[in-house]
Order: sequence, then structure tokens, then C-alpha cells
Amino acid sequence: MTTSTTPLYYLSLAEAAAALSSGRISSAELTDAVIARAEAVEPQLHALLSADPAAARAQAQASDARRAAGKSLGPLDGIPIGLKDVIAVRDQPLTAGSRMLANFISPYDATVTRRLREAGAVLYGRHNCDEFAMGSSTENSAFHPTGNPWDLERVPGGSSGGSAAALAAGEALATLGSDTGGSIRQPAALCGVVGLKPTYGRVSRYGLVAYASSLDQIGPFGRTVEDVALVLQAIAGHDERDSTSLRAKTEDFGAELRGPAIPRRLGLPREYFGEGLDPEVAAAVEQAVSYYRGLGCEVRPVSLPHTPYCLDTYYVLATAEASSNLSRYDGIRYGHRCAEPRDLNDLYSRSRAEGFGAEVKRRIILGTYVLSSGYYDAYYLRAQKVRTLVRRDFLQAFADVDALLTPTSPIPAFRRGEKADPLAMYLCDIYTIGANLAGLPAMSVPCGFTRAGLPVGFQLLGQPLGEAQLLALGHAYDREHQWGRRHPNL
Amino acid sequence: MSTSGAAGILISDLGPAVSSPVPPAVSYEAVIGLEVHVQIRTRSKIFTRVAAGYGHEPNTLTDPVVLALPGALPVMNRAALDAIIKAGLLLGCEIAPVCKWDRKNYFYPDSPKNYQISQFDAPVCRGGTVEIELPGSARNVMGEHKRIPLTRIHLEEDVGKLNHGAAESLVDYNRAGTPLMEIVSDPALHSGDEAYAYLTSLRATMIQGGISDCDMEKGQLRCDANISLRPAGSTTLGTKVELKNLNSISFVRDGIEHEIRRQRAILERGGRISQETRDYDGMSGTSQSLRSKEEAHDYRYFPDPDLMPVVIDAAWCERLRAECPELPFDRQRRFLADHQLPYTQTSVLVWDQPLADYFEAAVRLGAAPQAAGNWIINDLRRELAAAGSTPAECRLSPAHLVALLRLVDSGVLLNAAAKEVFVEMFATGDSAEVIADRRGLRAAPTDTAELDGWCRDAIAGNPKAAAEFRSGKDSALNALKGPVMKAAKGKANPKAVDETLRRLLAAV
Repeated sequence: MTTSTTPLYYLSLAEAAAALSSGRISSAELTDAVIARAEAVEPQLHALLSADPAAARAQAQASDARRAAGKSLGPLDGIPIGLKDVIAVRDQPLTAGSRMLANFISPYDATVTRRLREAGAVLYGRHNCDEFAMGSSTENSAFHPTGNPWDLERVPGGSSGGSAAALAAGEALATLGSDTGGSIRQPAALCGVVGLKPTYGRVSRYGLVAYASSLDQIGPFGRTVEDVALVLQAIAGHDERDSTSLRAKTEDFGAELRGPAIPRRLGLPREYFGEGLDPEVAAAVEQAVSYYRGLGCEVRPVSLPHTPYCLDTYYVLATAEASSNLSRYDGIRYGHRCAEPRDLNDLYSRSRAEGFGAEVKRRIILGTYVLSSGYYDAYYLRAQKVRTLVRRDFLQAFADVDALLTPTSPIPAFRRGEKADPLAMYLCDIYTIGANLAGLPAMSVPCGFTRAGLPVGFQLLGQPLGEAQLLALGHAYDREHQWGRRHPNL
Repeated sequence: MSTSGAAGILISDLGPAVSSPVPPAVSYEAVIGLEVHVQIRTRSKIFTRVAAGYGHEPNTLTDPVVLALPGALPVMNRAALDAIIKAGLLLGCEIAPVCKWDRKNYFYPDSPKNYQISQFDAPVCRGGTVEIELPGSARNVMGEHKRIPLTRIHLEEDVGKLNHGAAESLVDYNRAGTPLMEIVSDPALHSGDEAYAYLTSLRATMIQGGISDCDMEKGQLRCDANISLRPAGSTTLGTKVELKNLNSISFVRDGIEHEIRRQRAILERGGRISQETRDYDGMSGTSQSLRSKEEAHDYRYFPDPDLMPVVIDAAWCERLRAECPELPFDRQRRFLADHQLPYTQTSVLVWDQPLADYFEAAVRLGAAPQAAGNWIINDLRRELAAAGSTPAECRLSPAHLVALLRLVDSGVLLNAAAKEVFVEMFATGDSAEVIADRRGLRAAPTDTAELDGWCRDAIAGNPKAAAEFRSGKDSALNALKGPVMKAAKGKANPKAVDETLRRLLAAV
């Protein structure tokens, strides 16, 4: 897919690593190319909320010096990687796309940030997102919307829309997003890149601005499945600062990719192919299914009977947790504080009224309601029970199949402002929420374009801690098709 | 009942014999439940590595977790869980198989997350009792013992501290995240004295168990009291009032007695108690309403998704049980039964673990328990208090004391001399023998011609006493000892004097 004329900023991470390793390019050149590209496209795309080119260049020079001294830290050393603006980077802004944190500078590194630094990555770019990761279009950012690189009038998806768009437009070689109900996978599909939500607990959440703690998970975007595997390798693993992080061993994901075996039994959950699925999306996904059949995979229909309850369950649990998680933004210690508060309650209510946008307020109010005395059993407790049933659906399906294949998003990128009704927006996540409720790893892999030239992705869901097989399965398709290596006219 | 007409009928039915409707005197019983917060002594805070401490510069014991910065996550400090399990084992509680965490949601500036990590429906400890002793009829008489049942003990994080100024309030988060146990009693106490005894006992148990220093001035032990009155004999609870800011154990007692009087006066006037929270000012002995029930919070408790439940298995409990000391009252009973110490001495040792340990060490080294008790309670305590020291720091070890007791017992040191030696042992750490020699405090050597001479003179000078002794009146000997001691200027060994007099009287 790549030629010698491929601009440096469009190299895959693996290609760039090889080029750095052989000395054909330097990290300084690569980083400069990415910075120049960002400066060129940002006026139209608006994927970034902030960037620190000087810090990035210094990291690139340090990487080149390490390499010259024979002390390279591995495949990520010298690679420009960008972060969604919900992940803490020491001494850099951390806004979560919110006016509430417009002037907040994080005094500490998230664990993933630290691990990327330890792998030698060059941190460049903080990506726009829906405010506090609540949304599916990045239109809920308090600062500005982000365009879809394939059609600037359309949304990049969300909430990690900036991270998907920035990667698709060449503003980084890989990016990190966060996924609570589909916030990595849906924008990956809409922007034509690969996006992985790991098993809940695979990647530390320490330093991730919390939306819904029991669902949030950080994960990588890459141009190829192989790139995603390389980034996951660096960020995965137990963290003693996150009690919910798993103590599981981190496999060598790259070795699994190169291995000969892929999971053979694929399930198509019938609930994921029904009403509301765009025919062009359905057709592209069907082609991917055919490809797997051609590889010798056994494809069979399966049922996840509690799928119809996923969206409701998600909006009870996620908002309940969010209402509590976002209590800390009170104008007392940091963040937005209203002018001249009359008293404490006035300080709280006006700071929060001014600092939060409409969608965040809607979810805080909903979450507060479902946790209220007298409603807890009917909403929160019941939703927890349904969550158990949803997880059981998946685990039962995995008794018969190794992985599930579904569309990632029912529709391709939609126009900005098209989904003004919150419920219509919530339906964007209908195929992605299940993996969060069940804590499963799930990945969106690009599988073609609509006639209008909009990317389409399919989703693979694996068993808990089944990232290695999931990546191998995705790579089997991706290395032949390389849809993520196509580039928008930007 | 509610109309005046009905009352009129009643009076006319009874006729003129009833002249005035004096209500019968109702006696009321107070019912009190205590909620005690005890800060657990750990090196670091309950959900992060930053140090726990008191008296530091404001906001220096903080980090992203304490300040609830975006992205910060709690991780449980196992030492805090150890401490509450130990407290539960000491108090005979049932220990939960799993430690689970909930969020208690409310907005206040001292709470950085605006929720407190606590335990709602699954406390680590349920049940158990606190043994108390009520005041006896006299200082040297043991009072009644009772066991006050506990409802629960749960673990939570402390909040920060607000300092209110004229125009602004400042908040210090040093205390935020300090591990805290909330110990909730059943409504089973009935007076200020019982509450005082409860807190005294609970505090000693926590201190002796190494769980907390329970310094109320530093806020390490804080107490709220729920108080209601009901007609004596009734089994239903009256409307309760919560009393807050009880800053010392005496204030708890006084505040409760004040509240009982206040409620009784209202009830006797025919009034009703309103459910409220009142603030007791121990200095003025008055209370005022803080808030009524209508303003009560909905805390929206739910399981904290950031913290995984922690399994508490039997091996864990057994390891901690092995670290649990004997309970204070159990030890007191043992001192009474095994060592025949007087009650007044045990009532000092019961609250003073280091001193009781010192006593036991001396007894183990061979000291006579009662003599050791006397020296420790009277002399050692006095010297420690004067020096502002503790038994552990003290240069006068139990072995020193045992050596001193031997010298007294064998007549080498007289009582007055022994007291001098004790004071100098405490100051210098030298042995009793060395000090006795250095200061020339040994009693005069026995069986000398000199002593014989003094004794002969005494017998010769007191023929009446000598005759009485010879005719069988043993106590007559004391009349002879006085002159001998006088002649010896107090330095004669009483034992030797006794023996010499008897020998000489028998010989003649």
C-alpha cells in the first residue's frame, strides 16, 4: 500500500519503526513532518485542542540520541503519538473537552502516558472529544467540533473523534482514546482507522478523566491492526495505582499476529444485523464476513437475547457513575469558578451551570435521579442485574464461537447537527455498548467505503483477555485489505 | 380526645370530687446511642501513599488522589483494613467475609471528591460489645460492669478541615483521606455516666490494640450522641436528637445529661421533641439547633466502581487475632484474682497498658505482686509524671525494681532509704546496690557488739516491757525496739533488732 512517496506522517507505526531502526529517517524528521502536517490541516479539521511542538521536538531529539547510543527503547521509540484530552500529561492542559477544565494543567502523568514515555514515544497533540467523553460525534466539545477527514461537513464520531480524525489526517502515527460505550470503535469506523477497546482492566485508568468508571477503558487507534497491537503492548498491564486493573500477564501481541493460527469459529449475533443498519454498511461488513469464510472460518449465527436492553442499561449505569464522578468539578480546588458567588450553594450551582455543557448536565441529572432514595432498586440495581445477563449472553455465545463479528456503527459518518435529538445520537452506540457492559475486548477494523466515500468498519468482539486472538483475527483481514492505509484528500 | 367538649363531659362525669387535673408524675428513661469516629493510625492515607499526619503545614499531605484531581483513583491501604478487623476481633464482632466500598454522595468543600468512600450495607464488623464499668459507691469499690452491644463498625475516609474567616473560608486537605472507623452502638446506653464509661473503655481498647492514639484534641476520637426519652417501661423509642461537637469524654457526659434535662423539661410541659441535630458547647454547657430532619441528605449510596471488593479470609483474621492484646477489663480481673492487687491499684493499671506491662514484667522477674504494685502505682507513676516520661523510656527497669525489693525484703534497705534509692535509680539508671553504697544508705550491719549494746541498754532501761514480753506478751517487744532505733539513729536493720532483742531476752 505504501510507496517511497508516502509522506512520513502517513507511514504506519510499524513502517516508521523500521525506518527509524534502519536509520533511514530520524525521529526529529518524523516529528517535524507530523507537526507540519498538523499545522497544515488543523485550520480545517480542528482535531487538536492543544499541542506542544517544542516538547515533542525535544522528545524526538532525545529519542534520536538514545538510538545513536544504541539504547533504543523499542518499536515506539521516536514515534509521534497523540492523546485524547481526557488522559493526563504532566504540565500539559487537560480539558476533557469542557469549559470546566479550560484552564486546568495536569500536575501528573497518567499511567498510560508514563508507559508511552518509557517506550520512548514522542507525545504530540491533545485531541478534541465530546465533553467528558459523553457523546458520539465530538460535537459536545465545549471548544469546537472536529471534522471528519473524509468529509469535513461530517462528524468524526465520538467521543474520541479528535483522536480518530487526527490519525486519519496524519497528525500522529497512532493515538490513544477512551471507550465507555463505543467511543474508540465508533470514531475508528467513521474515520477509517483501526480502534481497539481492550478488556476492562487490561489498561490502567489512572490518569484518565473518569466518565463511568466501571465501563471506561483506554485503547489505541492505529492505521493497521499491527500498529494497534504495538501500542497495546506498551500500555497494557497491571498498575498498582488502579485497583480495577487486572493482574493478567501481557502476552506478546506481535508474536500472536505473526503466528499461523487464527480463531476459526465466528459468530454473527442476529440482533446486530436488524433494523436501523445502513445497507451500505451491511454490504461492506458482509464482504468482510465472506473473506473470513474464504480463510476457512466457520461462520454461524448466534443470539445475544438481552441486546435490546443494552442501551437502557448503559444509560442508567453510566450516568449514575458519571453523576458521582463529576461531583469533584465544583469550583473549589481547581476548574471553573463563577464570578462573585453569594454563598457556597451559589458557588456550586453557578460554577457547574457555567462549566458544564447540556449533554453533561443531562447525564448528571439522569444519574442523580437513578441513584436517588426510592429509585435505586428500580433503576441502578435492576440495571446491574441486566448487566450480568448481558455478560452471560456473551459468555454463552463464546461457548460455541471464538469471536463475534458485527458492524461497528449502524451508519457511516453523519452530518454535523444532523442528530440533534439525544436519543438518535445514543443509537449510534447500539452495537458497541455490549462490549463495555460485558467488559470484553472489541476492535473496529476498516472494511471499505460507501459510494459517497465514507469509511465503514466492522467490529470483532473477543473473550475476556482475548486480545491476542482478536488482534490475530483482525490482522488476517487487515493485512490483505489495508483500508486504513487509504488517505483522505485533505 | 381532641375536642374540649369531650374533656368537659369527662369532668362532669367525675363530679366535683376532682378539683384539679394534676397529671401523674411520669418518670422517663433516656435511650442513647453513640456514633464514634476513630482515626486509624497508619503511615499513609487510606486510598493513597501520601503520609497521614497531624500538625503539618496546610495542604502539604496531599497528592492527586487526596485533592481529587481529574483521573486520580483510590487504592486501598491494607493496614487500615487490618486495623478495623483487629478492632472487630477485640470487641467480639462478626467479621464480614468481604470488604466492599460504597460512595456517599454529598457536596461540601471539605470533601474533595464531593463523595466520601465509605461502607453502606456491608460494614466490615457487625455486633460485638464494649464492656464498661460504672462508677462504684466509693473510689476503692468496683462499680457495676455492663456489656454495651454494638450495631456495626465500618471503614471510611476522613474529610479535610475548614477554617472560617470573616470574609472567606480556607480548606486544609491534610486530614482528608485519613482512615477512619465509625463505631456505632445500639441505642443501649441510659445516662451520661454510661456514655463516659463506654468511651473510656472503647478508647483504652483502641489504644491498647495499637489501632489509634485516640487523642480527642487532635480529633482522633470524635463522638456524636443520639438521645431520646421515653416513659419508663416503654419499649418504643422516642424522637431522637443528635448531639454533635462533643470534644471530650467529659463533654459527652455533660452534653448528654444536659440534653436529657432539656428533653425532660419539654416533655413535662406537655411539649414534643423535634428531630434535629444540636451543637453542644461544652464551655458554656448549652446547645443550639444545627439543622432539622427536613434538611437531611439523600446520600445516593452506590458501590464504588473504582475499588474492588477485598476478601477477608480466616487466615487473615487469625493472623490479626494473634496480634490482639488482652482486653483491659480481662487483665484487671486477672490482676485481682492472680495477684490479689487492691482494686484501686487495678483501676489505675486497667487504663494504663505500659504501666500494667511494667508491673507484669516485675512480677515475672520475681517481685512480690503487692509490693511491686505499691511501688509502681505510687512511686514510679509520680516520677514518670514529674519527668513527663513513659515506662518504656524509663531508665528504672523492672529488673531495677525487683533488685530494690530484694534489698528491702532482706532488711538491707529501710523504707525511707529505699525511697531515696528509688528516686536516684529513676534519675540515673544505676542499680539499687550501687546507689545504696554510694549514698551510705545500707542499714547498719547486723550482729555487732554495738547492736547488742543498744539492745542490752534498752532491756535494762525498760524492765516492765521486758517482763511483759517474757511472760508471753509478744507486742511488748515493740516498746523495746523504739529505744534501740533511737540509739541507732534510725540506721539499724529492724529485722536484726528484732532478732537480737529476742535472743537477749531469751538468754537472760
